[in-house]
Amino acid sequence: MARLVVSGLDQLATPPVVVARGLSRVFSGRKAVDGVSFSLQAGDCLALFGPNGAGKTTLLRLLAGLLTPSGGLCLVGGASLRDGPLARGQVGLVSHASMLYSALSARENVEFAARMHGMSDAVGAARNALAAMRVLDRAETPVRALSRGLQQRVSIARAIVHVPRLLLCDEPYTGLDEVGSAALTAALAERRASGAALLLVTHNLSEGLALATHAAIMRRGKLARYEARAEVDASTYASEYREMVTLDA
Amino acid sequence: MPEMTPPGTMRAAWIVARKDLAIEFRTRTAFLSALVFALLGVTIFYFAWDSTAVAANDLAPGVLWVIFIFAALLGLQRSFGSELADRAIDGLLGAPVSRESIYLGKALANLVFVCGVLAVTLPAVVLFYNLPMDRGVLALAGVALLAAIGLVAIGTLFSAMAVNTRMAELLLPMLSLPFFVPIVMGAAQSSARLMAGRPVAEAWPWLRILVAFDIVFVVACTLAFPFTLDE
Amino acid sequence: MTNDVTSRRGPDVLLGVAIAAVAAVYVRAFAFTPIEARQGAAQRILYIHASSAFVALYLAFVLLAIASILYLWLKDEKLDRVAESSAEVGLVFTTVVLITGPLWGKTIWGAWWTWDARLTSTLFLWFIILSYSMLRGAVEDRGRRARYSAVLGILAALLVPFIHLSVYMFRTLHPMPILLKPSTPSMPSEMRMTFFAAFIAFALLFAALLRKRYRIATLRDLVADREQETA
Repeated sequence: MARLVVSGLDQLATPPVVVARGLSRVFSGRKAVDGVSFSLQAGDCLALFGPNGAGKTTLLRLLAGLLTPSGGLCLVGGASLRDGPLARGQVGLVSHASMLYSALSARENVEFAARMHGMSDAVGAARNALAAMRVLDRAETPVRALSRGLQQRVSIARAIVHVPRLLLCDEPYTGLDEVGSAALTAALAERRASGAALLLVTHNLSEGLALATHAAIMRRGKLARYEARAEVDASTYASEYREMVTLDA
Repeated sequence: MPEMTPPGTMRAAWIVARKDLAIEFRTRTAFLSALVFALLGVTIFYFAWDSTAVAANDLAPGVLWVIFIFAALLGLQRSFGSELADRAIDGLLGAPVSRESIYLGKALANLVFVCGVLAVTLPAVVLFYNLPMDRGVLALAGVALLAAIGLVAIGTLFSAMAVNTRMAELLLPMLSLPFFVPIVMGAAQSSARLMAGRPVAEAWPWLRILVAFDIVFVVACTLAFPFTLDE
Repeated sequence: MTNDVTSRRGPDVLLGVAIAAVAAVYVRAFAFTPIEARQGAAQRILYIHASSAFVALYLAFVLLAIASILYLWLKDEKLDRVAESSAEVGLVFTTVVLITGPLWGKTIWGAWWTWDARLTSTLFLWFIILSYSMLRGAVEDRGRRARYSAVLGILAALLVPFIHLSVYMFRTLHPMPILLKPSTPSMPSEMRMTFFAAFIAFALLFAALLRKRYRIATLRDLVADREQETA
């Protein structure tokens, strides 16, 4: 297993949860993701910021195995996403869209996800995930009857039901109330503690930096900044970020 | 870490099919629409012909096949709609299962749907057109199943493409109907002979076309499906 | 960045040669080839009809199928443009077949349309190419359009043998008006030469039109790329 040394990160004995090296994706001649390299160990949480159109969503879709890279490589748990479907099973994705079937109940949606990942106790796993996101009491309600915030919670439950080693979250706090946000933070912290790596895309600096062990800013497909949380000075970060966002707007 | 073995292609297809059928069962609108359309069609056709000039017996199989393909199209339209609405397809694509299993699962669910419509339409045709209830009807059902497999194989693939376009409702029939021609010909010709009590050997050339079509296109559409995904 | 294809400014030599060839065939057909005894002057339509059919099926459609397979394998945009051009030019030739066929048929048989096996197959080919064009028109994203078209192109290529077989079997089982065989082996050599010349001329015409259409497609894509860059 190749050991990757990326700016600032120490070489460690355990293999990284995710390794991206020179990852690129081209859409009709335009580089949406341009040579992105980083790696995350178990327990890391990367908070990824960036203006709209910077390529954050594309990067997440590449890491989730929903898009094939135009160049570079991406390893999850040591296995390349290109080599076959198995590597995808270690990734969980929370995105803008709920990825749910509105006609089915919350429980059915999460159980379906569990079955598609081949969990032997899909029913139990679904129950645990729904309980973690504090929606177990609404498990039998059809998703279309749930509020946006509750749908978001079910969507997160769907993403964590198979206990993924890499959890990718694209602005997951959108639409969540206090209870939902607290449940999400707790679930993310639990995943981190159990040895998963997180990648959190958000516009909310304080929420993002709260859980983060690393912070990065993506701009025009490239990682413009990447550093350990400890080195990040929140106030200067914020102003620099704001400047970048307004420049690109 | 909980116990996890990613499902193989057939098992994953089965899980997807069950999910699709659960959704269909929950809403029922597509199934009921297809059913009502089929029954109305069968009835209207009866009055469109001069029953003194053409015997109902001769008319019936033709009516069945024409109504059948249009009712099937109604059902196939909604095949991928639920996947796109909230990007649920991303959940399927992110799962550790082969892309082909998604297609197979949906095709299987569509097959159940179409057979469900058939299960009501066929007896209706027998009833309204006074067909003799003998082995011929069983033969008709068998041929209908073969035809359904081909219809569903083509229709599922094309609905995966059509759903991403602006004119999905028009495009699916336009793309599918040329492919339905050999199916309808094979089904109509073989069922006509079987129902007239002719020996199977007479119907065999047409049945052979149906079977060959089914095999070729189930394989071809399964292999083609991954190319219809945006990856 | 000038493209070899787009920088050519002089007269289109190939097109000129092709048109001259077609004209030459017609001069030959009218002035130097004897009229077929039983069919009369109308038989000359067959020079267009058969040649167009040959071009449409064996050149345009086969090229479409091959370009589609290669595109899915190599993902080269040029192949998609070849497929697109081949389909459009092929559609023109197929339309010519469908117009000249009934014209000839009316003169010889007295009926505009008789469901003759070859003409019927051509009709279905026409529908298939038409639905291919509709699919292309319905998808806006270039990459997706190329992929969907390629899938349809390959499936259509698989379909054509089934259509031919079904239609042929259908025809041999149903009595038809007594046909005068349009081209028998006992053709005088001048006629055979004219047919041969007609095939060549129309093949040249196809190649010339294909190349023109391909250039238009390339220019169109270049313009779209430039627009996107400046946007």
